[in-house]
Amino acid sequence: MELIEHLGLGFATALTWGNLFYCLIGVFLGTLIGVLPGLGPTATIAMLLPITFTLPPVSALIMLAGIYYGSQYGGSTTAILVNLPGEAASVVTTLDGYQMARQGRAGVALATAAIGSFFAGTVATLLLALFAPPLADVALKFGPADYFSLMVLGLVASIVLAHGSLLHAFGMVLLGLLLGLIGTDVNSGMQRYTFDVPALADGIGFVTVAMGMFGLGEIIRNLENEATRSVIAKEITSLMPTKEDWKRMIPPILRGTALGSAVGILPGSGSIMGSFASYSLEKKVSKYSKEFGKGAIEGVAGPESANNAGAQTSFIPMLTLGIPSNPVMALMIGAMIIQGIQPGPLVITEQPALFWGIITSMWIGNLFLLILNLPLIGIWVRIIMVPYHLLYPAILVFCAIGVFSLNNTEFDVYLMALFGFIGYILSKLDCEPAPMLLGFILGPMMEEYLRRALLLSRGDPLTFIQRPISATMLVLAALAMVAVLLPAIRKTREEAFQEE
Amino acid sequence: MIIPVRNIKDFWAGVIYIAVGFAAIFFARDYGMGTATKMGPAYFPVVLGGLLALIGAASVVRSFVRHGEPIGTIAIKGMLFVCGSTALFGVLLRGAGLVISLIVLVIVSAYGSVKFRLGPTIALAAGLTVACVLVFIKGLGIPLPLFGSWFDG
Repeated sequence: MELIEHLGLGFATALTWGNLFYCLIGVFLGTLIGVLPGLGPTATIAMLLPITFTLPPVSALIMLAGIYYGSQYGGSTTAILVNLPGEAASVVTTLDGYQMARQGRAGVALATAAIGSFFAGTVATLLLALFAPPLADVALKFGPADYFSLMVLGLVASIVLAHGSLLHAFGMVLLGLLLGLIGTDVNSGMQRYTFDVPALADGIGFVTVAMGMFGLGEIIRNLENEATRSVIAKEITSLMPTKEDWKRMIPPILRGTALGSAVGILPGSGSIMGSFASYSLEKKVSKYSKEFGKGAIEGVAGPESANNAGAQTSFIPMLTLGIPSNPVMALMIGAMIIQGIQPGPLVITEQPALFWGIITSMWIGNLFLLILNLPLIGIWVRIIMVPYHLLYPAILVFCAIGVFSLNNTEFDVYLMALFGFIGYILSKLDCEPAPMLLGFILGPMMEEYLRRALLLSRGDPLTFIQRPISATMLVLAALAMVAVLLPAIRKTREEAFQEE
Repeated sequence: MIIPVRNIKDFWAGVIYIAVGFAAIFFARDYGMGTATKMGPAYFPVVLGGLLALIGAASVVRSFVRHGEPIGTIAIKGMLFVCGSTALFGVLLRGAGLVISLIVLVIVSAYGSVKFRLGPTIALAAGLTVACVLVFIKGLGIPLPLFGSWFDG
């Protein structure tokens, strides 16, 4: 069977000592930053991107991927033990996970999260292996008009799935698209919005914006009120779920995995939306819906499976189409380009070892995480205790050196400081940075495809609806837009985000 | 008569969108629009800028209609010291070199916290500086001077 052959190639790549080592480093770092509130995977991967220059491509990508899904594991640990989500995706885990911990069932909650995540990770890896190759085949037939419409769909999805106000998400996407156009226009060579600053001729680096908005912006937000963290359940007794626990956690894990995998593929969301959706679903279908918010195991099992599944399936559009579905994937694309690999549908055929190596490494990484997390829980608990006022200067140091070393210029350091300020102000106005970053990445690509499509059609805009693939994308985008504006669906969407 | 703004966040976000949208259109005036078939460099940004200004207008209008929460506390001190120390790092890096700019970055940024204490911060600065020199200069070979041009000669 072809699948077995592919996975065999993947394991042969991922199981070398070097790649196992980088996978371990990745998931370890991922757990670490997941445990540390105020440091997310976007900022971390942005910081480490310059370091990956020196690694072979497969190892670099395996490590970066490990950081991303590892952070989903770590985030749940803080959510359960401290009632603080280490990651945005584990916000809902605080609701029931922390309550379980208060009832002396912290160990069971942690084990449930780990088991659910591992199961979801395994399924998502298989899905990735099954669906990526046919998708890439389809993607090979894409013309410029199809790519443009796909990006429109992506941006619409990121607006629909964004937290909070639709209007602001739309505004932020446009803001990002515009910022992305700063620099030299590839078609005419004209300098746009550079104001005669030579350093802007190549445009603003994505990593600079990501570190500023997610790294610095987040730090300032955390300085607003520096609550003292208190860790509950210093002694974690029994990790083993009871028979009753198993019975109650299995259906939510299955549903969470399915929901998370499906939502993860959609652009703009990654793992966050899946966990919220899963929590609402479990609350609705559960026999124990009254226990939700008071320590229901379903409220941990479902969302934790969903966020891990989503984190992994969000690799599908990145690996097959070369289009990022969230800021982390955009950084992964950046890492591939640094290594001289053009992301897109050709990666599977031209770099099979890389492609399958990354996929199988995810499963291996999930196994590492299971081993790392449960026995080492004591270490993670101690790391949570690191006071934030000593942590954030360290984060700043890594951001500053990281951003400088990208192009060896101070200008990027200043820009990062500026984007930290902008990011903080915008977040105070309830404008989310994630849709902006997605727009920022897609801006130049979209313009390029739009121009090419219209050049090919001799200026006829009907080309976007005459090509079947493109038309399908646009119809889907329109449906998503209409659906979210319908009062009934709008209400459910707001409810889903209300759990925060 | 003054109509009260009911949602201050929507209002200011809208103002920012409008300002950026118009700025995008204004600065693109010399770039050349071209036609839909052969788009000039101004075409795409002008369309985006127009859309953004529209969104901004909608947001401002909404701010008079729908109620919203106040902006809440703004961490001015944190903002100042976090962004300021980062910019200062950029200023000092080549002249003073990595060691001094790192120590300045750590101490100045740490001052942004209400829990700032000099002793532990100095220890942190020293530890981080040693770690960074080992990792970035010795380990990864990033070309940065330990002590910068101001100390030459």
